[in-house]
Amino acid sequence: MDIIIIGGGKVGRGLVEHLNNEGHNVVLVDIKDSVIESVQDDFDVMGIAGSGTDIEVLEEAGARKAQLVIAVTPRDEFNMLCCIMAKKLGTHACVARLRNPEYYKQTDFMRRELEIGMIVNPEFYAADEISRMLRFPAAINTETFAKGRIELAQIRVSSDSPLVGRAIWEIYAKYKVKVLVCALQRGDEVIIPNGDFVINSEDKIHVTATHRDIAKFMHEIGIDNQRLKTVMIIGGGRISYYLARQLLESGMRVKIIESRMERCSELAELLPKASIIYADGTDKNTLCEEGIDDVDALVTLTGIDEENIIISMYAKKLQVPKVVTKVNRLAFVEMLDTIGIDSIVTPKDITADVILRYVRAMENSSGTEINSLYRIVGDKAEAIEFNITSEPGLTSVPLKKLRLKKNILIASIVRGNKRPFIPDGNSTLEPGDTVIIVTTAQLKKITDILA
Amino acid sequence: MNYRMVLHMIGKIMLIGAGMLLPPLAVSVIYRDGCHWEFVITMAMFALCGALALIPVKKRELFARDGLMIVALAWILFSALGGLPFFLSREIPDFVDCFFETVSGFTTTGSTILKDVESVSPSLLFWRSLTHWIGGMGVLVFAMAIFSQKDARTTHIMRAEMPGPTVGKLASRWKFSVRILYCIYIALTVIEFVLLLFGGMSVFDSLVHTFGTAGTGGFGVKNASIGHYDSVYIDYVIGIFMLLFGVNFTVYYLLIAKKLRRAAVNDELRIYLGIVLTSAVLVALNITGIYGSIAKAFRYAFFQVASIITTTGYATADFDKWPVFSQMILIFLMFTGSCAGSTGGGIKIIRVSILVKSAVREIRRTISPRSIVTLKNDGKSIGTDIVRSVNSYFAVYMLFMIISILAVSLDGKDITTTVTAVIATLNNVGPGLGAVGPTGNFADFSAFSKLVLSLDMLAGRLELYPILVLFTSAAWRKSRYI
Repeated sequence: MDIIIIGGGKVGRGLVEHLNNEGHNVVLVDIKDSVIESVQDDFDVMGIAGSGTDIEVLEEAGARKAQLVIAVTPRDEFNMLCCIMAKKLGTHACVARLRNPEYYKQTDFMRRELEIGMIVNPEFYAADEISRMLRFPAAINTETFAKGRIELAQIRVSSDSPLVGRAIWEIYAKYKVKVLVCALQRGDEVIIPNGDFVINSEDKIHVTATHRDIAKFMHEIGIDNQRLKTVMIIGGGRISYYLARQLLESGMRVKIIESRMERCSELAELLPKASIIYADGTDKNTLCEEGIDDVDALVTLTGIDEENIIISMYAKKLQVPKVVTKVNRLAFVEMLDTIGIDSIVTPKDITADVILRYVRAMENSSGTEINSLYRIVGDKAEAIEFNITSEPGLTSVPLKKLRLKKNILIASIVRGNKRPFIPDGNSTLEPGDTVIIVTTAQLKKITDILA
Repeated sequence: MNYRMVLHMIGKIMLIGAGMLLPPLAVSVIYRDGCHWEFVITMAMFALCGALALIPVKKRELFARDGLMIVALAWILFSALGGLPFFLSREIPDFVDCFFETVSGFTTTGSTILKDVESVSPSLLFWRSLTHWIGGMGVLVFAMAIFSQKDARTTHIMRAEMPGPTVGKLASRWKFSVRILYCIYIALTVIEFVLLLFGGMSVFDSLVHTFGTAGTGGFGVKNASIGHYDSVYIDYVIGIFMLLFGVNFTVYYLLIAKKLRRAAVNDELRIYLGIVLTSAVLVALNITGIYGSIAKAFRYAFFQVASIITTTGYATADFDKWPVFSQMILIFLMFTGSCAGSTGGGIKIIRVSILVKSAVREIRRTISPRSIVTLKNDGKSIGTDIVRSVNSYFAVYMLFMIISILAVSLDGKDITTTVTAVIATLNNVGPGLGAVGPTGNFADFSAFSKLVLSLDMLAGRLELYPILVLFTSAAWRKSRYI
C-alpha cells in the first residue's frame, strides 16, 4: 500500500520502520529537515520536509493516490486538518492521533462527519493495558482476544517454581488444566515450543486460555493471584486520568500523586472518588507518608523515564506486590528486566500496534480478517486473531494433515458461543471460527500459515 | 567496517559487471575481430569476484562509512577488471594504461592514452564507450535497482554515487526511484541514437557516440572526434543532447509526471542554460575572426561550450588554437560542470550557485554586520548544513586539485599541460589544453602521473569523499569505536 505518515516523532518513526519492513511504500512528511534526513538514512522511504497541511506538500507526497494517511504530529487539530485535507484530495483512508479527552468523547461524530477512518488515543490505550495488568497481577502482562473471552498471559518462571525442569507435555499431564504454552522467552531468544521443550528457571512463558483456566493454572503452580485493592499512581497526566477512571469503576481505591497544583484541582474535579495528593512523587518522604509500603500496586506515570524506573525499583525493594512502569524510550527496555522491572508500558508501542492492526485489516478487507494483533516479547513474535472464512485446502481439514510453516502455533479456536478450546491434531478450522495464532513470522492472511 | 557485508555487496555488483560484458562480446562475434576470448576471460574474472556474494553475512547493517567503502572499492575493482580486454588483446600493452583508460571510461571522463583510436578493434572501442554509458548513471545505483534490500541502509550508497549536494528521491523506495531514472536515461539514449542514424552515421558510430554523449563521457572512434563528420546536423544533435544529459534528471521526471510548476521553478536549470548561452555567444564573438562567418563561429562555439560544461569532451574544433579569452571561459566551464543529478561532472552548478550566494551574503555582512540574509534556491531557503557542506566540499576539492597538480608536475611538463590535465580529469571533462588538448592525449605521462590522474577521475565522479575515505585508517578498522 502507499502510506503517508505525517509527523516523524516517536510513534511516526516506529510506524515508518514497521510499515516499511512489511513492504509498504512509505512517505514521511515532517516539518523538520533533520528528522527527514535521519529517517532517510535509516530506512528506504521517501521523506518530504514540509507541513502536512500544505496542499502542495500533500500532493508531492502522493495524497491523491495514497491508500492511507496517518497523522501523528503532536497537535490534535493539525492531525485532524491533515486528514480532512488528504481525504478531500483523494486519499482512501485516514488515521489521526487525538489525545485531548474532550475530542475523544466525540470520536463517533468525528469519524462519521470528518471521515477519519480511525482515531487513536495513545493515552487511552496505555491506560487500558495497565488496567488489564492490574486485574491480573500475577502475570507480567496480559492481552485479550475474541472480545475478552481468551487471554494471553505472560508469566515469569521463578527458580522455585514446580515448572522448572519439566517438559511442556509433562505440565499438561500433571495439572490437567486447559492452557497452552504458546511462546517462551529465554534471554533474548524467542521460542515457539513443542511438547518436548523443557522449561528453565527465569524463562518467561506466554500461556493462552480463558481467564478462569489461566487463574486456575496459576493457582496450581503456586502463584497467588489475589485481587488488588489499593493502587498508587505517580504522575497525574492523561494516562493517569483514564486509568484511575477504569480502576475506580472496578472498585479499587486509587491515590494519585501529582506535583502541579492546577492539575491536582482538575483531577479532583474529574475524579471525585480518587484521593489526589499535591506533592512531588519522586520524594521518598512523600511516598512513605502516603503509604507506599502498604499499597497493593504502584503505577509510575511521570513524564521522565528515569524517575519512573527509580521509583519502581524503590517500590520493588519495599515489596509492593505489583509495580507497573511507563517507559517512553524503548531502546533500553531489555536492561530493565535484569533489575526486576518487568511490567512495562510503552505508549508509543501500543499506538503503533493499534495502527499496524488497522493497516493489516485494511489490506485484507476482503476475505479473512485480522481482529487483533499483539506484538509480544519485544517485536519478536506476534499473536494474531483471525476471522476464518471458507478457504479451500485449509478449512475443514484436520490440522495434522495441514502442512504448516515453522514457528506457527494455533493457540486457540473460538466457535460460536461454545467454550474456546485448544486444538489438537484432529481439530479442524471451520468458516466462522475465530482463531488465535502465535508466530515469529509475519502473517497477513490466514493462508500464510501454510508452507 | 563491516567487512563481510561490504564484500558481499561488492560481489553482487561484480555479477552485474559480468553481465555488462555481453554486448561487447556480441560485437566481437559480429565483427569477427578476434577479441571474443578476451571478453570471455574478463567475464569469468568478474564472475569469480562475484563469488564474494556467497560470503555469509552475520550483521546486515551498513553505516555511512561502509557505504562509502563499497562505492570506492567497487569502482576501483570494476576499472581494474574492466581494463582486462585491452590488456589481454595486447592492443594496450601497459596495464597502467589499461586501468587509466577504463577509469576514464567508467568515470565518464573521456581522457585517452590512445594515439590512434581508428586502429583499435571495434569490440574494444564498443566496450570503451559502453563503460561511459554504464558509469554515467552509476553501477551501484543499477545494482540497488536489482538487489534492493529492505533492511540495508542503501541511502549511504546512493548518496555516495549520485552527484550533487543532496539526493532527491522520486518514489518512496530507491528501487522505484532508480527504475524511473534508468527509464528516462534509456529513452533519451534511444532518441539520440535514432537522430544520429538520420544524420547519416553508421549504426556502430551512432551507438558509440550516443553512449559517449549519454554518459557525458567523450570517447569517440575517430582521431578527430566529432569534427571528423563535419556535419552541421550532427554537431547540433550531439551538442543539444550533451546539454540534455547535463540537466538534473528529476526535471524530466517532473515533466513526465505533469508537475510543470515544480519543474519550472528549478533555479539550477535556469542558471545552467544562462551560462551556456552567454558563454557560447562570448566565445563565438571572440573566434569569429578565425572562422569568417558568425554562424560558423557560433556552431563551433556552441558545440565546444556544451561539450565542456557537461564535461563530455567531444570536440569539433581544436580549441587549443583559440584565443586565450575563449580558452579561459572553457576552463571556467570545466569547473562549474553540469547540474546535480545529471550524468555530468564538475563542481555542479548548484554548488557554484550556493558558493556565490553565500559569498555575497558574507560581503553584505561585512557592510552591515547585523543583517540577516537567508539563502534561497528554488524559492525555498537553503539549510545551513547544506551551505556548510558545499563550502567544505569546495575547500577539499581545491586541496585535492593542488596536491594532484604538485604530483603530476614531477613529470616536468609545461604549466598549461600539467594544470589542465588535472582540471580535465578531476572534473571528468577529458581533454585539456596544451599536450592534452583536443588533438593530444595522455600517453606521455609517467605511470605515477597516470595513477594520480586515475584517482582524480574517480574522486571527481564519486565527489571526493568515497576516495578520501580509502585513505583514512578509521574506515578500515573493524571496530566502529575510533
